[in-house]
Amino acid sequence: MTVKPRKPWAPNRKDRVRTLSVLAVAVFGAWAVVSFTGLSGKIGFIFSFVLIYTLVQAIVGVRLRGSKALGDTVAQSIIYLGSALVFMPVASILYMTVTKGIKGLHFSLFTASMSNASFLDPVGNGGLLHALVGTLYLVLIAMVVSVPMGILTALYLTEIKGKGAGFIQFVVQAMSGVPSVVAGLFIFTSVILVSPLKTSAAAGALALAVLMIPTVTRTSQEVLLLVPTDLREAGLAMGATQWRTVAMIVVPAARNGLITATILGVARIAGETAPLIFTIGGADKLNMNPFKDYQSALPFYVWKGLTLGTPESLQRAWTGILILLILVLSLFVAARSLGGRRMAK
Amino acid sequence: MSTTIAAAPDKRVLITKPRTSDRIFRGVVTAFGISALLILTLIGVFLSVRGIQTFHSQGWHFLTNFKWEVVQNDDGTATSNLGIGAMLLGTILISIVALLIGVPLSIAMALFLTFYAPAKLKTFLVSVVDLMAAFPSVLFGLWGFFVLMPMVTYWAKLIYKYFNWIPVFSAPEPFFERSPFTAGVVLAIMIIPIVTSVSREVFAQTPLDRIQAAYALGATKWGVIKSVVFPFGSSGVVGGAMLGLGRAFGETVAVFTVLNIVFRGNWHVLYGAGGNVASLIILKWGESTGDETTALLAAGFVLFILTLVVNLSANFIIRRSVKSGK
Amino acid sequence: MTTETAPSSLAGVAASRSSSRKPGTLPMGAGLEARGVHAWFNKHLALRDVSLDFGFGTVTALIGPSGCGKTTFIRTMNRMHEFIPGAAMAGEVLLDGKDIYAAGTDVTKIRLQIGMVFQKPNPFPSMTIGENVLSGIKLAQLKVDNKDDLLEECLVRAGLWSEVKDRLGAHGGSLSGGQQQRLCIARSLAVKPRVLLMDEPCSALDPGSTLRIEDTIGELAKTMTIIIVTHNMQQAARVSDYTAFFLSDGGPGQMVEVGPTSEIFSRPRDKRTENYVSGRFG
Repeated sequence: MTVKPRKPWAPNRKDRVRTLSVLAVAVFGAWAVVSFTGLSGKIGFIFSFVLIYTLVQAIVGVRLRGSKALGDTVAQSIIYLGSALVFMPVASILYMTVTKGIKGLHFSLFTASMSNASFLDPVGNGGLLHALVGTLYLVLIAMVVSVPMGILTALYLTEIKGKGAGFIQFVVQAMSGVPSVVAGLFIFTSVILVSPLKTSAAAGALALAVLMIPTVTRTSQEVLLLVPTDLREAGLAMGATQWRTVAMIVVPAARNGLITATILGVARIAGETAPLIFTIGGADKLNMNPFKDYQSALPFYVWKGLTLGTPESLQRAWTGILILLILVLSLFVAARSLGGRRMAK
Repeated sequence: MSTTIAAAPDKRVLITKPRTSDRIFRGVVTAFGISALLILTLIGVFLSVRGIQTFHSQGWHFLTNFKWEVVQNDDGTATSNLGIGAMLLGTILISIVALLIGVPLSIAMALFLTFYAPAKLKTFLVSVVDLMAAFPSVLFGLWGFFVLMPMVTYWAKLIYKYFNWIPVFSAPEPFFERSPFTAGVVLAIMIIPIVTSVSREVFAQTPLDRIQAAYALGATKWGVIKSVVFPFGSSGVVGGAMLGLGRAFGETVAVFTVLNIVFRGNWHVLYGAGGNVASLIILKWGESTGDETTALLAAGFVLFILTLVVNLSANFIIRRSVKSGK
Repeated sequence: MTTETAPSSLAGVAASRSSSRKPGTLPMGAGLEARGVHAWFNKHLALRDVSLDFGFGTVTALIGPSGCGKTTFIRTMNRMHEFIPGAAMAGEVLLDGKDIYAAGTDVTKIRLQIGMVFQKPNPFPSMTIGENVLSGIKLAQLKVDNKDDLLEECLVRAGLWSEVKDRLGAHGGSLSGGQQQRLCIARSLAVKPRVLLMDEPCSALDPGSTLRIEDTIGELAKTMTIIIVTHNMQQAARVSDYTAFFLSDGGPGQMVEVGPTSEIFSRPRDKRTENYVSGRFG
C-alpha cells in the first residue's frame, strides 16, 4: 500500500479561483473608475487597479483570517506592487533600445566612421567604426593596466595578509566609490597636463582603469577566498615556496573566477561616458594610434548624438546604445555562465 | 606522583627565512597592494593642488556661493565669481528624492525576492536586477529624456495641482520640465540594483531560528518580517542606501539630459531649475578656460571628498552589521 | 555502567511518577491526535505511518536514536514542516477532531493553539524580556485585559519570575542559557496554547537548568498537553506519562511502540525498544 505525498498548504483550486476573482474585480473596478470619474489614461487605470486590488484583497483576508491578516495582506500587496514597479523601467528600457536602435542599423555602420559625414546627415551616412575601434583600444589598455594590478592586490589581501592588509582593504573599498567624473578629472590633471601622454585613447583607458581596479580586486578577492585552505596547505607541505603554491595551485584553481572578475570589470567600464569627456577628446575619424590624438568610443558616440539633439543624431545615438548594450550584456552573460552558481546568489 | 607543577618552558622563537623567490614575490605583491593606496592619494593630491587656487581666490565662499559668472572688467581683466552652492543644494535635493523613491522600492523588491518569490521566478528576477546594474548611464540619459521625462512632467503637474500648498511642492512659475524631481526619479531607478542587492543579502542572512520562533508563535509572514527581519537587517539596509547615495552623488550623464542646470538655489522639487555638481563639470568643461577650469577641478575635488565620506561610512555600517550578526 | 539496572531504575523513576498522576485518557475534545502521518523531503520518505493519540493533561515523550524522524514528526504537529522547500506529507492531525491540514484552515490560528519550544533558546534580541513574553500577543493582535498580569503569570509558570521581575526592561539576550529557554517557554505560554511541543528543550542546557525546566513541565501539564522530544531517557522517565519509541532502520522513521512510560522502560513489548532503553545502541 503506497500513500501519496500531498501538500495541503499549497494553494488549491479554491484559493486560485479566489485570487483570480479578486484580480477580475480590481480590473473591472479600475475600468469603471476610469470611465466614470475624472481619473484618466493608463496612469489612472493602474492607480485605481492597485488601490482596488489592495482593498479587496485586504477585505477577503480579514474575513478569512481575522484582523491580523490586515497587515499581512496590505504588506503583501505593497511588496508585489513595488517589485512590479521595479520591473517596468527595465522592460521599457530594453524595449525602447531595441525598437529605436534597430531603425538605424545599416551595413556601413560597421565599416565607416564619421569622417565624411556629419551627425546631422541622414542616418545611412557614415558609421561607428571609429567608435568601435576606440572602445576596443580603451578596453584592451584598461585591461592591461587593471587586471594585473587588481589580481595582485587581491593576492596581497588573501595570500600575504601583511600588516597593511586591513588598511588596503579599506582603501580599495573607498576607491570603488570614486565617481566616474572624478576619475576623468584625475587623469586630466595628473597625466594630460603634466606628462607627454595627452588626450588620447590611452589616457581614457587610464581613467577607466581607476574605476576598473577596485571591481577586479573585490571580485578576485572573493574568488580567491573560495579556494579551500587545504589546497594551499597541500602545496606548502610538499615543500613548495609560497609563490609557487600561489602560482601553480591557487591561481589555477581560481582561474574561472578571475576571468569572471575581469569580464565584470570590463562590462562596468565599457559603458562609461563621463571619464572619456575629459580624456579622449572625441573624434570623427578613425584613429589607429591609441597613444596620440583624439579618439572616439561607443559611449562618446552616443553622448555626442544625444547632445546634438536633432532627429538624425538622436537616431544615431539609439543605434549606438543598442550596439553598446548588446556588448555589455554579452559580457555579463559570459561572466555569469563562467562564474556559475556563485553569481546567481 | 610528584605534586609540584613544573614551570612551563620558554617558548621557542621560530624564525623562517623566506627563500629569495618568495621575497621577490612578496615584494611585488605588496608593492601592488600599496599601489591602490597610492593612486587614491594621488587623486586627492592632484585635484586639490589644482583646485586650491580656486579656494584661494574664492575662499570657502566657493561652497556657498550661488553665482557662477566671469565678469569682464573695464580694464580688460576678468573677475571670477564662482560658486557651487547652487549645485551642492541641487545634488542634495536630487539625492533625497532618489532615496525617498528608490529605497522603499528596493526594500520591497528585496523582501519579495527573499520571502515571497517562487524559486524559478526568483532566479529570473535576480538576473533582471543585475541587468539593471549593467546598463550604461548614458542609456538612462537617453531613455530618461525620451520616455521618463514626459511621464514625470505629467505627474509633476498633477502633484502641483493638488499639493502645491505644501511649500516644497510649490513653484515660482508653472515650469516643470527637467526639474530636480525628474532627475531624482531617474537616479532612483539607477540606485535600485545596488540597494536591492545589499538588502537582499542582509535579509537572507536573518537567523532561521528566530524566524521559526516567530512563526511558531502564530505570526503571519508580515509579522515575522516586522518583528525579526527588519530589526536584524535595518543597519544593513541603511548601509545599502548610503551606497546608493554615493552613486547618486556622482552620477553625471544620466542627470545631465533631464535636469535644467541653473544657478539659483532652488528647493522647489517640481520646478524646472536644478543643480548637480557632477553634471555642472561636464556642462561647463568644453568651453571653460583659466579660472573656470580650475574652479571645475575644485568642484571635482569637493565631489570626491563627499562621495568618499559617504562610501566609507556605508561600508563601515554594512561591515559592522554583518559582523555583529545581532 | 550497569546496563542491567538501567531499565529497572528508569522504570522505577517512571513508576514513582505515574503513581502521583492519573494517566490521561482519551480526549474529551481537548487532545491532539495524529493519524497515519507520513512526511517527505522531496522524494525521500522520512517518516512513515505514525498514529498517536495525545490526551489532554498528559506529557508524552518521544525517544529514539538521532535521525529517526522524531523532530520531523513533531514539526508536522504544528505545521512547521511545510516551511522546508520540497516538503510533503500525508495523513491527518486532529485537534478537537478537526484536521489542522484541512483546506481553508488558518494556519496561524493553529500555531496559537499548538505552541513550540525549540532546542536552541531563541529569544528575540531586539526586544526586552517583557516584550519577548508578550510578543506572541502582539503578533497575533490578541486582546488582553491586563498585560502586566499576563506577563507575570507566564513568567511564574515558566519558573523565571523571581529572577527577572526587577529587570523586565533588560534585553532578551542578556540572560543565561537556561533563563533564555525559560523565557521562550513563557513566551509560548502567553498565547494560551492547548498543546506545547518541545523539541529537545534541555539538550543545550546545564543540569541545573534542565531540572528547573522539568519541574516546569510537570506544572504546565496540569493545564495542557505536552509532547517532548528527548535524547535523554532519564529525562523521559522523569517527566512523561507516556513514551513513544521511534526508530529508523536505514529507511523512513517509524514509531515502534508507545505506552505508559513505566511499562516502556520495564516491560517493553518490542525487542528493539528493549534494546534501546537498555542502552545496547543509540
